[in-house]
Amino acid sequence: MADTAVDELETFRAETRAWLEENCPPSMRTPMKDDEIVWGGRRGTFKNPDSKVWLDRMGEKGWTAPQWPKKYGGGGLTREQDRVLQEEMRRIRARPPLFSFGLWMFGPALLEFGNEEQKMRFIPDIVKGKIRWCQGYSEPGAGSDLAGLQTRCEDKGDHYLINGQKVWTSYADKADWIFCLVRTDTSVKHEGISFILFDMTSPGVEARPILLISGESPFCETFFTDVKVPKDQLVGKVNGGWEIAKRLLQFERSSISAGGFGGTGGSGILGPEEYAKQHIGTDSEGRILDGDLRGRIADHKMYAKAFNLTVQRQAEQAKAGQAVSHTASILKYGAAKMNQDRHELLIEALGTEGLGWEGEGFDSSAKKVTRQWLRSKGNSIEGGTSEINLNVISKRVLGLKDHQ
Amino acid sequence: MTFLLTEDQEMLRDTAMAFARDELPVTHLRELRDSGANGKDPSTRQKLAELGFFGVIVPDEPGGETFGLVGLGQILEAQGRTLAATPLLQTALIGASVLQLGGSPAQQAEWLPKIAGGETTFALALDESAHFNPLNVATEAERNGQGYTINGEKRYVPDGHHADMLIVVARTFGEPGDRHGLSLFLVPANAKGVSIQELETVDSHGAAHITFTDVTVKEDALIGAADQGADILEPVLDRAAIGQAAEMLGSAQAAFDMTLEYLNNRKQFGQLIGSFQSLQHRAAKMFTELEMTRSCVAAALSAADEGKSDVAELASLAKARAGELVHLVSNECVQMHGGIGMTDVADPGLYMKRARVQEALYGSSSWHRDRYAKLNGY
Repeated sequence: MADTAVDELETFRAETRAWLEENCPPSMRTPMKDDEIVWGGRRGTFKNPDSKVWLDRMGEKGWTAPQWPKKYGGGGLTREQDRVLQEEMRRIRARPPLFSFGLWMFGPALLEFGNEEQKMRFIPDIVKGKIRWCQGYSEPGAGSDLAGLQTRCEDKGDHYLINGQKVWTSYADKADWIFCLVRTDTSVKHEGISFILFDMTSPGVEARPILLISGESPFCETFFTDVKVPKDQLVGKVNGGWEIAKRLLQFERSSISAGGFGGTGGSGILGPEEYAKQHIGTDSEGRILDGDLRGRIADHKMYAKAFNLTVQRQAEQAKAGQAVSHTASILKYGAAKMNQDRHELLIEALGTEGLGWEGEGFDSSAKKVTRQWLRSKGNSIEGGTSEINLNVISKRVLGLKDHQ
Repeated sequence: MTFLLTEDQEMLRDTAMAFARDELPVTHLRELRDSGANGKDPSTRQKLAELGFFGVIVPDEPGGETFGLVGLGQILEAQGRTLAATPLLQTALIGASVLQLGGSPAQQAEWLPKIAGGETTFALALDESAHFNPLNVATEAERNGQGYTINGEKRYVPDGHHADMLIVVARTFGEPGDRHGLSLFLVPANAKGVSIQELETVDSHGAAHITFTDVTVKEDALIGAADQGADILEPVLDRAAIGQAAEMLGSAQAAFDMTLEYLNNRKQFGQLIGSFQSLQHRAAKMFTELEMTRSCVAAALSAADEGKSDVAELASLAKARAGELVHLVSNECVQMHGGIGMTDVADPGLYMKRARVQEALYGSSSWHRDRYAKLNGY
């Protein structure tokens, strides 16, 4: 890098540091609490008022989407500047101002496939967290076989008419708008799918939360009955939605496996080795008393370490321009196994302390483990089941043949 | 730390792969076995010397550039693919490392060029029981007038049946199990009082039980400071575990490739057996394990070259995971080959036999799992 570029980057760092010091409220520099996560939207709530201040300031600068173009409200930063911004935010332990499917999945896809008018209309509100989006993909008959979706979209001249049902729609009951896969041609499969956007308050839209084994309801069944959608809200070409859908799934899978289904940051949950020490006890050397459990915890931690090293290796190879084939499936499979094993060990190490459900008498972080353990069972189902991922590896990577 | 090879390291890898494929195929091991050579292979040793493989981590000038352990790891991996029996792990890795990490300038000047040129081979004489336990040393080295007198017995010394020099771990203080009191000695294999019992082993590589009876060595045979041998031994054993893991990665890869080819050719019920989902998923899981172990081995080699503080942790990670990998893949290789996998004429059995030796050397998976936990405070 040229010296002037280095100088400019250091100037940017100094300015960014000063701005963050000035504008990031002190309570936004503490570990995130689950009930203070900001998802934004028309009905967005802010349990901690500082989180609204923080979102408004960051959204105004476009730093919720640092690399998106300025004309759509983004930060307009270069990759290097974005890296500096992330470093400076980490330095003061600043919380992410906004969690958003718009930022992670829909926005990148719209920037790639949308027309100018659509980008001007939708992107700025994603950046500022004013509109919360949900994803209308899976249907009762289209899970692993997503392209089998049946939700009908008919051309009625001056508008489209949508009828059908989606399922596993994350936070459909809290979202303002939906990006949705619909069938515009029933005579073909992949080539008959379109990508369309509409307001969840449109007449004929109904979202019903699904109660899960974890006691929580992050997903909905979503019904569409004669929903009228203006024609300028179809993205790309009619029947050209599958390409957009696949691209968006890549954004989704990589955001799932990059986080390895999320750590325990800030939630007050300890590692299984700590719970085992607390609840089982230690020997004279300070080691977990139960040697068998200790071995299984170490085995899991080594798997996790090997997984993280593999993520690093593949990132380094990709950066160097070396071919990395079908890594998403390998990593998605590994991430699900890793997170599920971790939660089984957490529950085991906690003993009866990990079997609480509600009310007094149990540590609140232990109750959180219980819920997360149940939630983790979905990791090998959502975003492509582990079996589908093994199919993909064996056929696409290893070249094994189908039954004749 | 990096997972990428330099251009020089890539060329070295390609040379090593071609050499293993052309000069040391599995049929070569069969020939050695059937002729009763028991892993002793002077002509291969000569070829390895000509290729410069013995000196991969030894610079021409002190402080000069080398291919590093990353480079040596590529060679060991290539040889693991064909189950080759060579003195490289003991000599080019362990012998050179002991001298580099603990040798005096005089010892280094005398021995490193001989290692690099392939003139002298080494073997580390450490274990005294059937399980890796590096502090459990009872062999004694007692001070005499001009040096030390060594008495004791070492078991299953790899390359002990043909190495020129032995690196003997002996106790100069304390009791078996103590970390303090270990010392390392250079002892010629033909020294008076050294008795070598050659072993025929399941992998056809051979090994030796070695007995030391009043073996006398001079003061200059001591490597490093007396009683402080563990300070040298531990990093050497980490490197040995990493090098062994690199070899295992190669063996596992070859056994996997062989299995995959069989799945893509063998038919039953009018179908390729590789089209059965129960076998496809097992193959996919093996592949995932292979890729993850490859990351661990690469990280450990690179960290060792850079002298990172987490080398011990990564060494245990690499050896434990490589042990599990080669165990899984060698078993599946036999199973998926069916009846032919049980025959001596087919190769799966050779991979399984070598796998069990690889698993045992420098710490089993459970030994390293326990150490990993200990290093991380639980």
